[in-house]
Amino acid sequence: MSKKSYRQAINEAIAQEMRRDENVLVWGEDNAGGTGGDGEQDAWGGVLGVTKGLLPEFGPNRVLDTPISESAFIGAAAGAAATGLRPVAELMFVDFMGVCFDQIFNQAAKFRYMFGGKAVTPMVIRTMYGAGFRAASQHSQALYSVFTHVPGLKVVVPSSPYEAKGLMTQAIRDDDPVIFFENKVMYDDEEEVPDDPYAIPFGEARLTREGDDVTIVAIGRMVGIANQAADELEKAGISATVVDPRTTSPLDVDTIIECVEDTGRLVVVDESHPRCSVASDISSIVAQHAFKALKGPIQMVTAPHTPVPFAPELEDAYVPNPAKIVDAVKVAMA
Amino acid sequence: MQLSRDELIESYRVMRTIRDFEERVHEEFSGGAIPGFVHLYSGEEASAAGICQHLSDKDKIASTHRGHGHCIAKGCDVRQMMLEIYGRGEGLCGGKGGSMHIADLSKGMLGANGIVGGGPPLICGAALTAKYKKTGGVAIAFVGDGGSNQGTTLESYNLAKVWNLPVIFVVEDNGYAEATSSSWSVAGSQMDRAKGFGMPAVQVDGHDFFAVHEAAGEVIERARAGGGPSLMHVILNRFFGHFEGDAMTYRAEGEIARLRKEKDSLKIFRTNATQAGLLEDADMDKVDKEVAGLIDDVVKESEKATPPPLEKLTTDVYVNY
Amino acid sequence: MTDSIQPIIMPKWGLAMTEGLLASWSVVEGVTINAGDEICEIETTKLANMFESPVSGLLRRCVATEGEDLPVGALLAVVAASDVSDVDVDAYVARFQEDFVPEEADDTGPEPESVTVDGLRLVYLKQGEGDGIPIILLHGFGADMNGWLFNQGDLSEVAPTFALDLPGHGKSAKQVGDGSLMWMAGVVEKFMSAMSLPTVHLVGHSMGAGIALQIAADQPQAVKSLTLIAGAALGDEVNIEFLEGYVAAKRQKHMKPVLQQLVYDKDLISPDMMEEVFKFKRIDGVIDGLNTLIQTNFVGGTQQGSLRDALSALSIPVTIIWGREDQIIPVSHTDGLPASVKIEIIEHSGHVPQMEHASRVNEIITATIASAA
Repeated sequence: MSKKSYRQAINEAIAQEMRRDENVLVWGEDNAGGTGGDGEQDAWGGVLGVTKGLLPEFGPNRVLDTPISESAFIGAAAGAAATGLRPVAELMFVDFMGVCFDQIFNQAAKFRYMFGGKAVTPMVIRTMYGAGFRAASQHSQALYSVFTHVPGLKVVVPSSPYEAKGLMTQAIRDDDPVIFFENKVMYDDEEEVPDDPYAIPFGEARLTREGDDVTIVAIGRMVGIANQAADELEKAGISATVVDPRTTSPLDVDTIIECVEDTGRLVVVDESHPRCSVASDISSIVAQHAFKALKGPIQMVTAPHTPVPFAPELEDAYVPNPAKIVDAVKVAMA
Repeated sequence: MQLSRDELIESYRVMRTIRDFEERVHEEFSGGAIPGFVHLYSGEEASAAGICQHLSDKDKIASTHRGHGHCIAKGCDVRQMMLEIYGRGEGLCGGKGGSMHIADLSKGMLGANGIVGGGPPLICGAALTAKYKKTGGVAIAFVGDGGSNQGTTLESYNLAKVWNLPVIFVVEDNGYAEATSSSWSVAGSQMDRAKGFGMPAVQVDGHDFFAVHEAAGEVIERARAGGGPSLMHVILNRFFGHFEGDAMTYRAEGEIARLRKEKDSLKIFRTNATQAGLLEDADMDKVDKEVAGLIDDVVKESEKATPPPLEKLTTDVYVNY
Repeated sequence: MTDSIQPIIMPKWGLAMTEGLLASWSVVEGVTINAGDEICEIETTKLANMFESPVSGLLRRCVATEGEDLPVGALLAVVAASDVSDVDVDAYVARFQEDFVPEEADDTGPEPESVTVDGLRLVYLKQGEGDGIPIILLHGFGADMNGWLFNQGDLSEVAPTFALDLPGHGKSAKQVGDGSLMWMAGVVEKFMSAMSLPTVHLVGHSMGAGIALQIAADQPQAVKSLTLIAGAALGDEVNIEFLEGYVAAKRQKHMKPVLQQLVYDKDLISPDMMEEVFKFKRIDGVIDGLNTLIQTNFVGGTQQGSLRDALSALSIPVTIIWGREDQIIPVSHTDGLPASVKIEIIEHSGHVPQMEHASRVNEIITATIASAA
């Protein structure tokens, strides 16, 4: 056990699975680190260095650079998965889904069902999301809700380095296509992460704390923000349960409902837009199944229904923060 | 490459099966027995048969919305195909795929595809699997002239070349992307496009089984030997509309009748095979009779077969909501 | 007079602990406390536990407030005789707080080390120096070296101590062979050889006690004393619901009642402790290993193979410690043991007296070791 960053945790999970299973291959833009130039090999490891170090260990047959052709190489991941490999492909920023979405939601997601259960598509698409990098409207979105909507995909949004390693291991071992959302703001976050390989099952929420007054369900990076809010609330005598669903598909509906039944109040914190989102989805599920347990109105703390702005002041106002969560809890408690 | 007598009969059987299958689906669809969208391959048989004759189960193909012919040529079970098109529980995909998604991965058939241009990226992946696992297999993406204009197809040309994959891109150019003529919608030429990617290309008359077979043999051999991707531009015609129900008013009057008379790949095959002394008419008559019986049988069975049980609605996908 | 003022500070329970939460006081200012009295509950990321006062005297100040997070070494309370003035006590507190520097996060003292025997990586924590005969601590089913975090510090003042992660546990290799006590004992014996420990004192808990007893039977000359806490292999019964529940539970709400069977004070089971168990169980190979151990040793809720006979044959000091309220292996397994065996029953304790009544257990172990001299 040692402290590892979110980036290292993901890298370690991929490396360990590549050692365990020779059918695991990695590709994406600059994933091998910049093939064909006259400079050093393994120079990049993806634009933010998550796959750095894989090329020297596993070689160019297993760690591949790609042209900037998301449709082709994401589709290739689907085709490779259906024919016996376990590719881990990187769709650099999830904002780029627009240029290859067909290969994800019409091809990979549907093979198993359309082909009557005779196909498996064990592929992982790693992708970065999240505001806070001053990267503006086309490199900052939190689009997991879009993927959560699509049957056949599994959608993972890890909230910490420990979570990221275990969930990546599971993602690679899973026989369905998995979209693995990495929050780029968190890459340097550190915590204790076991050296041994381990897998965290999908669809099992984690409670980062248990309280009596309100249930805060938070997605990805928002789990940490929600915990900060819960610390604030504790000082005001309000004790919160914080639920990290880990995966938005499958979603651990049972745990969310049980927590709301215990606390009677729900606040959902989601960095994505408010409409047709994971936040509105969880809210509706709770309204449908735990209505009688509710003592106050469900609150959603989300980004506004706007593109992500560039100016630092605007972007800071865009992302949910502890103060907004505290305010929402107070409304739910009123 | 000289084919044996048995191989020739088998190739003819594939073409005849495709033809009869499609003509019968046309008939049954008109009568309302078949639900949904179907896109028929009649007229294009020599392409699927001539190319797939070179393949075994380790070789993979990805097809198009017009996929029945590729399925048959790749060895998918005809009975289960018909059951699938009828939406029956015993169908090749349990009735959950239908005409546009018939697949049998055990035969190397990665699916017909409802998305134009959907197949080429997948085939790059299948080819990478073959290359990485050193199976000796090749992977073939069929697209139409319409699909040749999709970004996915052009991206795949580039990726296949950059990764040096054992891929063959087959552009089956039947002259129409839905209702729009390829003479209008395709800029430049298919051959020049391949050249632009540094990829060898061959143009072939898609009505002539022997021509297709010979051309395919060369590009497939190159791919197997590690020589990377190639393109085949196969010029052919479809005898039916884009989909069943298409009145084909965009086509010239008498065009179909002329094609059926002059460009029927089965007739051309018969003429060439008999003139060259490779087969007797009787050989092919026998196949015609057997295939007619087979298609009759599978249609009768499909009409009577039961739909998938309702509980199958939520199987073969992760559901917990 | 300040010599008679004694601080009570935030303890360090295990290597990973850098801070603790003072959950609640069990005593109030003005009472006289004795060393070993439970004075407050402290929660760490590993577990919650009652903190036993290390000193005796009049409790003059409870400096830490309930709910406060404090670094290791921070002042919790002050004990001083009644003739020390309030002014002096307050001055002492002020000076302590002014001088107090929390230990650096990376200054965590001894680190676990590892050795490979027969291809198995074994991780252990060595604490304590000197030329005394070393003490090896063997944990129970599903536990690891951290199970000794209330004991190893005290015992390392007696002799060098080695807390081992058994195969299938902690950070050691996850293979467990055929899962038998004999196989596990063989691994520990090879560990002793590899570490050049020809003679040792063995302290084992539960399954680890069964292993310790097996080692003593295998190599009587190598074992100088034996302390068995709620030991396996001394009778037939074992709580199979606990064992299977431990393996099966995937959520806190299911794990809580399972782990609560371990302890007398049910509040000791914290969410963080359960998360640690989940983290352990997720490691590749762990579940298979645990299932093998259950199948081999405890199948159907009956312990396979008693080592009572081996106990009779031993001529070294043997002490058996058991919690009166043990729900995992019943205290009745102490009945009918040879007269040479010293039996210590701990009141108000479940299956883990070494955690629930650490000071008392440490005294017993120390006395057992001393009697071997």
